[in-house]
Amino acid sequence: MTEATAHGAVQQDQVEGGHAEPAHSHPGDGRYVQIALILAVLTAIEVGTYYVELSTAALLAVLMPLMVVKFAMVARWFMHLKFDSKMFSRVFVGGLALAMFVYVILLSTFGFFAA
Amino acid sequence: MADTAVGSQVAGADVPGREVVTPSPSPASGHGHTSTGISNEKLGMWVFLGSECLLFGALISTYLLYKSRVVEGAGPAPVDLYDIPFTSVSSFVLLMSSLTMVLALSAFNRGDHQRGRTWLVTTALLGAVFISGQVYEFTSFVREGMGFTTNVASSAFFTLTGFHGVHVSLGIIMLMSLFVMSLRGRLPQERAETVEIVGLYWHFVDVVWILIFTVVYLVP
Repeated sequence: MTEATAHGAVQQDQVEGGHAEPAHSHPGDGRYVQIALILAVLTAIEVGTYYVELSTAALLAVLMPLMVVKFAMVARWFMHLKFDSKMFSRVFVGGLALAMFVYVILLSTFGFFAA
Repeated sequence: MADTAVGSQVAGADVPGREVVTPSPSPASGHGHTSTGISNEKLGMWVFLGSECLLFGALISTYLLYKSRVVEGAGPAPVDLYDIPFTSVSSFVLLMSSLTMVLALSAFNRGDHQRGRTWLVTTALLGAVFISGQVYEFTSFVREGMGFTTNVASSAFFTLTGFHGVHVSLGIIMLMSLFVMSLRGRLPQERAETVEIVGLYWHFVDVVWILIFTVVYLVP
């Protein structure tokens, strides 16, 4: 077996055996511009809440989902988590989830949510 | 010869009904094969970004805890001085820099170095505009009587936004380094993953600002 064939076999095993998942090609520039336009509109909606009289609860109900959607769009499309190996997603989301877990407990301990 | 064979599409290329995929990074990228089948450099950057979530989580939590604990007579709280329209423009600029960054990567992946360099410089300029806005904001706050040690809320605010600003500044330095590398011909198409790794860092500072802008500036 030549070196090239061996490499090919290893890669085939990795792709099919679940050690690594295949990464798809990235989208075109047009799709990136579309995503940026959506992000711009979402940002405009966020900023619009500053000029509208809303209760804190209503403001949170609008702003938090917008923030999460914007975060997810940048991570999935611009950072290519949507297309790359799932391992990258697991590593990043793992860190994010750990941070949220730790700091929600911290804030709860100091009575932040009770205030 | 070996490289050519390794670089070919292997995943289901000959199997009807299966999608032909392009492994990323390309085996010809010079990074070699790894036991996971993915780039170690890219995985390292993702691990770093995952750990950065803990850093910024700590800074944001600290700000949330201290933002309303301003003793009377201890100077203005940050929330009293925010200029939301101005910060909105800065946020928009940083958000659009993520677009120019991904367009730079796309150009380098195509081998269009001229356009790639243009988008890299555009991204760095947008980052510089954001940093200029932050410097202006900080100086205006200080002029209005809120310095770093004025009260605990101001300390938490300056630490959080300052740390983010340092991250953006480091990103600008990395972008300009890529620009110079490309000019000197040290960023061939096979090494486009270097641009992608710097891009990941840049997008991360953008998503962190998405959180900061909402949690710190917009939520009362």
